[in-house]
Amino acid sequence: MSRDLGILWRSIRAESRIFWRSPVGAFFTLGLPLIMLVLFVALFGNDSIGHPEYGDITTAQFYAPGLGVFAAASATYTNIAINLSMRRDDGILKRVRGTPIPPWVFLGGVILSAVWVALVATIVMLGLGVAAYGVELELDKVPAMIVSFVVGTICFATLGVALTGVAKTAAAAPAIANATILPMGFISDVFIPLDDPPSWLTWAGNVLPLKPFAVSFTDAMSPFTATPGFQWGRIAILLAWTAVGGFVAWKTFRWEPVPGAPKGRRRRNRSAVV
Amino acid sequence: MTNAIDVSGLTKAYGDLRAVNGVSFSVPEGQVFAILGPNGAGKSTTVEILEGHRERDSGEVSVLGLDPATGGRAFRDRIGIVLQEAGVDKELTVRETLDLYSTAYTHRRSIAEVIELVELDEKLDTRISRLSGGQQRRVDLALGLIGTPELIFLDEPTTGFDPAARRRSWELIQGLAAGGTTVVLTTHYLEEAEHLADNIIVMAGGKVVAEGTPESLRQNASTESVIRFGLPQVDARVEELFEPLHGKAQGRDRRIEITTTKPTADLAHITGWAVARGIELDGLIVESLTLEDVYLRLVGEDA
Ligand SMILES: Nc1ncnc2c1ncn2[C@@H]1O[C@H](COP(=O)(O)OP(=O)(O)O)[C@@H](O)[C@H]1O
Ligand SMILES: [Mg+2]
Repeated sequence: MSRDLGILWRSIRAESRIFWRSPVGAFFTLGLPLIMLVLFVALFGNDSIGHPEYGDITTAQFYAPGLGVFAAASATYTNIAINLSMRRDDGILKRVRGTPIPPWVFLGGVILSAVWVALVATIVMLGLGVAAYGVELELDKVPAMIVSFVVGTICFATLGVALTGVAKTAAAAPAIANATILPMGFISDVFIPLDDPPSWLTWAGNVLPLKPFAVSFTDAMSPFTATPGFQWGRIAILLAWTAVGGFVAWKTFRWEPVPGAPKGRRRRNRSAVV
Repeated sequence: MTNAIDVSGLTKAYGDLRAVNGVSFSVPEGQVFAILGPNGAGKSTTVEILEGHRERDSGEVSVLGLDPATGGRAFRDRIGIVLQEAGVDKELTVRETLDLYSTAYTHRRSIAEVIELVELDEKLDTRISRLSGGQQRRVDLALGLIGTPELIFLDEPTTGFDPAARRRSWELIQGLAAGGTTVVLTTHYLEEAEHLADNIIVMAGGKVVAEGTPESLRQNASTESVIRFGLPQVDARVEELFEPLHGKAQGRDRRIEITTTKPTADLAHITGWAVARGIELDGLIVESLTLEDVYLRLVGEDA
């Protein structure tokens, strides 16, 4: 067991190095959401809402955590699906499978390093909000933020592993990842909250995993929610999706490339969106 | 002496293709064992079944006393695998890569020792993306050796190497064998199998078509000779030339090739026939069959 923890630690370190040494992936994960924050504020303004009870609140108070969640979901779900399937096509997973490294330790390293990247991306996002746009954090609700963040990122990381199992080759993974996460983004209050969406969209948002993550995290930063701000119903939905992802991954995950899968596309070729 | 590997009646099909079709062999502990054969012979399929990477359709397989299909972690802790084609994360340096994988093994070699074995000392802190193909192959080898395996599988370890690099790899493999490691290697270079192996099986079309030590294969080879000559356009009846021969004649475009175990008698008959008719045979030569001739015949590439 202590050997396994040693492997896990080294594996997390190696996975993180691999990530940060691939500039394109790092840019998409960190840079793009930041650019979106700057754009949102520039386009829609950062008006102060003078509120009788809470004082001055800026709209960035809602954009920043929403985009932080989006960055975290793409750092886990999208990145894992793309990179892991590419590494499978390259025969890296097959190599790992031929060593005594236990599968759960390897995948644990992949998931935890993605959570770490997500943490960095979200902190940078909130940091920009605080430094440039008057975003404020309430210490009392930070525990609720942490719970939401940990459960949400592990959920999306698990779904990323599941998607790797479902995608036959690395060519399919980015398409599936973007085709799922982007539409979800629009109905999940991570960009701009929708005014009066049709009720089925509201329903879809509530049962899919992104909105529970976004709402539980954003609300923990909203001055309108009461302390301590935990949203256990939303957390339960995230846990249910984690279980679904774990089950699909368990049933579909392969370590071998499909015969004839093209190799060597080590540079990320993702579409222009996160 | 116990066997590191026992295989009998191994089969594996991909759809209709019988990639491995009833293969049996044993590898005594401490031996270098070569599986020789052309591309598509079924070598990789065979070794990957022994490594636990692929599932067999039928047959008995015992590797280090375990079934590789169910041996799990304890099994993989005792073997080293160098796949024919395996990826490695190119963003990491050689040292980081070795460090990552070495932690997983009970009997790990130090990075310093492994790196010296594969002669990559100067590249230790270089990212793998900046290594040449041959250097990356040595990283594969280093990863195969890092757990001090009792048994190492090398699937075409030197394909694409220049002769000097191949020689160095051979020395490394001989060093491993001298240290008691059992080595199973596949190759399509006859020379490599002949040079390194204690025992060789020759595979073609999923079957074992010959087996033995390099010496015994060579001896079988040298019992046969080939007589070659060009037959000019003549009026003489060629049946009188060919029928009394001991050996087997093949001809194309008037180039004749006779494979025989009685070269002296056959040559006397041929030259007697030609002299009696005043015919000069073009480029007449007699050679003993080389191991290479035998090999090419066995694998059906001697067109
Ligand atoms: N995963 C696979 N799926 C389908 N066919 C395969 C697969 N692997 C190998 N083959 C086929 O099986 C035959 C034997 O292949 P292989 O074992 O790789 O031979 P070798 O290593 O001797 O070149 C080849 O015809 C090859 O195309
Ligand atoms: Mg092969």
